[in-house]
Amino acid sequence: MLKLQNVSTCYGKIQALDDVTVEVKKGEIVSLIGANGAGKSTLLMTVCGDPRLASGSIEYMGEDISRKKTSEIMRSGIAIVPEGRRVFSRLTVEENLHMGGFFTEPSEFDKTLKHVYELFPRLKERQSQRSGTMSGGEQQMLAIGRAMMSRPKLLFLDEPSLGLAPLIIKQIFDIIEHLRDEGMTIFLVEQNANQALRLADRGYVLENGRIVLQDTGEALLTNENVRKAYLGG
Amino acid sequence: MINKQGFTNGIIAAVVLLILSALLMGVQLANEGTGLVVKLKHAESLTLIAVGAVIVFLFQLFRQPIMGTIGMAKGALPAMPVLPDLKQNPKLKNLLMAFGLAALLIWPFTASRGAIDLATLTLIYIMLGLGLNIVVGLAGLLDLGYVGFYAVGAYTYALLSSYFGLSFWVCLPIAGLMAAFFGFILGFPVLRLRGDYLAIVTLGFGEIIRIMLNNMTELTGGPNGISQIAKPTLFGLEFNRKLKEGGDGLFHEFFGLAYSGTYKVIFLYILAVLLVVLTLFVINRLLRMPIGRAWEALREDEIACRSLGLNPTVIKLTAFTIGAAFAGFAGSFFAARQGFISPESFIFIESAIILAIVVLGGMGSQLGIILAAIVMTVLPELAREFQEYRMLMFGLLMVFMMIWRPQGLLPMKRPHMEMRSQ
Ligand SMILES: Nc1ncnc2c1ncn2[C@@H]1O[C@H](COP(=O)(O)OP(=O)(O)OP(=O)(O)O)[C@@H](O)[C@H]1O
Ligand SMILES: [Mg+2]
Repeated sequence: MLKLQNVSTCYGKIQALDDVTVEVKKGEIVSLIGANGAGKSTLLMTVCGDPRLASGSIEYMGEDISRKKTSEIMRSGIAIVPEGRRVFSRLTVEENLHMGGFFTEPSEFDKTLKHVYELFPRLKERQSQRSGTMSGGEQQMLAIGRAMMSRPKLLFLDEPSLGLAPLIIKQIFDIIEHLRDEGMTIFLVEQNANQALRLADRGYVLENGRIVLQDTGEALLTNENVRKAYLGG
Repeated sequence: MINKQGFTNGIIAAVVLLILSALLMGVQLANEGTGLVVKLKHAESLTLIAVGAVIVFLFQLFRQPIMGTIGMAKGALPAMPVLPDLKQNPKLKNLLMAFGLAALLIWPFTASRGAIDLATLTLIYIMLGLGLNIVVGLAGLLDLGYVGFYAVGAYTYALLSSYFGLSFWVCLPIAGLMAAFFGFILGFPVLRLRGDYLAIVTLGFGEIIRIMLNNMTELTGGPNGISQIAKPTLFGLEFNRKLKEGGDGLFHEFFGLAYSGTYKVIFLYILAVLLVVLTLFVINRLLRMPIGRAWEALREDEIACRSLGLNPTVIKLTAFTIGAAFAGFAGSFFAARQGFISPESFIFIESAIILAIVVLGGMGSQLGIILAAIVMTVLPELAREFQEYRMLMFGLLMVFMMIWRPQGLLPMKRPHMEMRSQ
């Protein structure tokens, strides 16, 4: 579904991604783990067209999208839950969801909204609350719900567990799994390697902008190096 | 309550003041022979400087008690009422609005001509405030050149009317379109800029428009402006004493009334009320459409907007263009009401006043803007005697607002939480 081949990305002189090759197949959960500053967010953002890649190619549904505009890419069935949630804090929950469905067909809109409220009954309860006043976990749910509103086929999640309590993290990961079971393809970026890999069909390890390991989720979980570096021994 | 820190602060502040003011006010350059020499100014200004230094010193010394009193005074000020939430009660809301509108339309028949005139001016500022609110309050783009679009609207009507004899009613939409067009072409290159840069560039555009109007003497009359601009008519009926050649009829003759200048004033006032109502209606419609929400979302988080596939430049451009259109409407009405316009009417201070209305009103809240526009136009009128101190009072008002209600008179109210009865 998504194929990055030999992708390099630079911020000015700093090279953030170096010859990265990653593939996400339809219906999979693929996890990308790596330390702070490894370039995980950069990888997701490069697929979204901001920043532009310096070299290599990005293929989505058999089409090269590396030269497309961000707005075009984000309307072609890819959605991202950005790092740090980035909800529109002075807008209400419902208004946030409306923004997520900005380009959704009016005929599908109500159905999608209903679906999101089913996934996150909490959001339905908080419909008209200003999203900035919600808890971190609720905001994360909103960010996922907002991304869902565009009816994506491929969903990027950038550190959805950031700053959340274990119980909430579990809820979020359950939802992610549920989404996969509904047929969504998911590319998950995490520092929380343990949970991310347990959930994943396949995983990649990114270090200093390079992919250093790739395998099934299970294999990575038991991999000696991964255990040492990311799972605390 | 005098502490050591206050004492040192006081000394430092006083010395700084002495040095600065001694250089700025205490000395002067004088001609002596062929060269310039620095001379001390007369004793009066020196005394003033000394007094100033003492005041600054004392203030720093007693800073804590003074600020404490101010803080207490702040607490003692009446809390602004929070409006009852009319959203839950649309019937009541409609009823109130109908009453308000009726009162607004009946009022001029009981008021003095001066008062009606002032009210009309206020209404113009309300329109401008509402228009700029789209750009600044909703989309979060700091536009310091808004008066430029106001000028475009005013000149569009003035020129079309005096060169081609087009009526106000034909020109009103044209003026709006023209201002929108200017907003579009000026917005296109600059809306990539952020914050301060945008403010500076828009400031420049406002000035460019004014200077162009000033310099295109052949077309616009330059600094002399355009005079004898036709007044709006009521279905072709004029409000003058005598019929102009080619005119359709006179209002007072048609209705068999004795001529009075007041009819014209009332007519203009009612026109302004209707324009404001129309503005409110259109803007509220826009706000409920996705584009209105997108303006607010953009103000909140541009990156999130991009991640949702929105093109920030396009959204900013719509806000800029639509905001400009309202300035155009207001401008053409202004030209029609004054009968005379010149670049003088469109200086930067006007932009500043409109911006102050938006900020004072609470960035985004329409009722707040209406209130602020009233404050900003009626207060200076009431304080006519203090004309020279107008800007000073303006500044004081702003400072007090920042202390008392930094979020504006009536900040945009969004429902915080809905209590659900179980
Ligand atoms: N806009 C930018 N301009 C310049 N350098 C950047 C920019 N964004 C990221 N970088 C650099 O690129 C590198 C990778 O950053 P990135 O945000 O992709 O890391 P990450 O793996 O997502 O880290 P984290 O887990 O902390 O989110 C870092 O060295 C960072 O400093
Ligand atoms: Mg990151």
